[in-house]
Amino acid sequence: MFSLPPFSELKELVASRTAGDVLHALKSPHPDLSDLAALLSPAADGFLEQTAARSSEITMYRFGKTIQIYAPVYLSNFCTNQCLYCGFSAGNRIDRRKLSLEEAESEAMILHNRGFNHILLVSGDAPKAMGVDYFEALALRLRERFASVSIEVQPLETDEYARLFAAGITGVAVYQETYEQKTYKEIHLSGKKRDYEYRIDIPARAAEAGMREVGIGVLLGLSDWRADALALGFHLAWLRKRFWKTAFTVSFPRLRPAEGDFTSSMDVSERNLAQMLFAMRIFDQDVGLILSTREESRFRDGMIGLGPTRYSAGSCTAPGGYGNPDLTGEQFSIGDHRLMAEVCSDIKNRGFDPVCKDWDMTFQLH
Amino acid sequence: MLSIAGRKFASRLFAGTGKFSSSAVMIKAIEASGAEMVTVALRRVDLNDPSDDIMSVLDREKYFFLPNTSGARDADEAVRLARLARAVGGGDWLKLEVTPDPRTLLPDPVETLKAAEVLVKEGFTVLPYINADPVLALRLQDAGAAAVMPLGSPIGTNQGLLTIHQLEIIIEQARVPVVVDAGLGAPSHAALAMEIGADAVLVNTAIAVAQDPVKMAAAFAKGVLAGREAFEAGLGSHRTEASASSPETGLDFLR
Repeated sequence: MFSLPPFSELKELVASRTAGDVLHALKSPHPDLSDLAALLSPAADGFLEQTAARSSEITMYRFGKTIQIYAPVYLSNFCTNQCLYCGFSAGNRIDRRKLSLEEAESEAMILHNRGFNHILLVSGDAPKAMGVDYFEALALRLRERFASVSIEVQPLETDEYARLFAAGITGVAVYQETYEQKTYKEIHLSGKKRDYEYRIDIPARAAEAGMREVGIGVLLGLSDWRADALALGFHLAWLRKRFWKTAFTVSFPRLRPAEGDFTSSMDVSERNLAQMLFAMRIFDQDVGLILSTREESRFRDGMIGLGPTRYSAGSCTAPGGYGNPDLTGEQFSIGDHRLMAEVCSDIKNRGFDPVCKDWDMTFQLH
Repeated sequence: MLSIAGRKFASRLFAGTGKFSSSAVMIKAIEASGAEMVTVALRRVDLNDPSDDIMSVLDREKYFFLPNTSGARDADEAVRLARLARAVGGGDWLKLEVTPDPRTLLPDPVETLKAAEVLVKEGFTVLPYINADPVLALRLQDAGAAAVMPLGSPIGTNQGLLTIHQLEIIIEQARVPVVVDAGLGAPSHAALAMEIGADAVLVNTAIAVAQDPVKMAAAFAKGVLAGREAFEAGLGSHRTEASASSPETGLDFLR
């Protein structure tokens, strides 16, 4: 089981890094966790140019001049958890909806026809409405048509993940939101998600079940972002040692306006977010870095080639929203409203290749 | 002329198709490289769609496609992908890649050998990507591999021939062609591989991510040519110490 040093120690570690530590980290051929702390520190803010250059150089060699393209399919906004920051939170009065298998398939096919080959199935935490049987049945319907199908749904048991893998699910994303236990308890008021310890071992479970790719992340705006990003580094390093056949991705979603009107006391600027992405790239050369439509097009365009490797495009966060754009009940409002074709053409204009297929279901289907 | 499984290749530089900024740049770079053999990751192409980007932009009359199984985690996966590719017209040739560690993409020797044995029996022309392990190279040769493709250094690292001593043993021992693959970051690396007697080299990252991929491709072509010519011309052997031009080897005792 993964365990983290006390969060206060992580905060202290980051805060105490000096400019000398930052320079050391930038030169290190094999940056370790204390180098990561340096790159995330306030001292590193003064070295953002150099950090960006190093991150860009590594990204180029490991991933080339490419950006992978994907889109989420929201399946249901029913949720049994009460989480202050989330539009789907159990107490919120939103239009609740669960897609039937037919509806879900037709949403996915809309994306398919728009040229998407990689999709992420998303739902709130409501195991009775959306059990593993549902996800399995949907995977069986979709697997012949997509290069990869990942899930971001409620935590499941290892054998359930194995079942879904066999049905064609390629990857699992499950974010800790914050690694600070105190804050975690304050914002997750009720429901299964309130159990911090349970959630923190879910990524390992998904990897153990054989998933090709496991995504971890923190929701920025809940706690001290520097310490949270360092915690993520600890988690990633721990997972790497145990699951060497699994590809990992990291995501740094920033809080977006959502139903419930949660206001964060912890602002995270674009500059901070950029620093985090660069730091993570330098720390782990091969981790996939995701930048979703939560961020505005200006920021996403500017970050092309500097570290992130995967962009969502043309996303809608309301279940059924692709077929029926008037539907409400979204998880949060997005920041980049461009269509997929526009995102791709802007990536091309920056001298990068938007890659719509970089996997094949043949690998895992017997 | 280079010959693999009875097929002749005018160029000893093989080109990869990944990591380029666009298909247009890729085509120009491959043209400039003079390569005839071009590898394509099956995971990147839509096998059921003939208008697929990569497959449709490259002239199949002009280039010989070598599909690869990059991403396969074990022998079963690689074999499955190879069969599928052949079934939809991808041909019998295959660059066998079994890379269970998505981080280093280093090849799994055990699974690669297993997959090669199966695929050779099924009539594939198999070119396995391997670590620079001389015994493994011989095992694969015995299993019927058409060539072996040992790495110079881990893929995408541009570190050159870190495995040079192992490569020299492979080149000395193998009967099948040896294609040095992965890690070649500069034309001088490619030249060195050819100088030590490699039959060909495969280059991708160094060309694709260069500031000017077309110019870099041409530079690699020259490096490969120079290295090959030097090899054919007969290079002097390496010495670690200077040798006196009037040697005193102590042979005075001879009558």
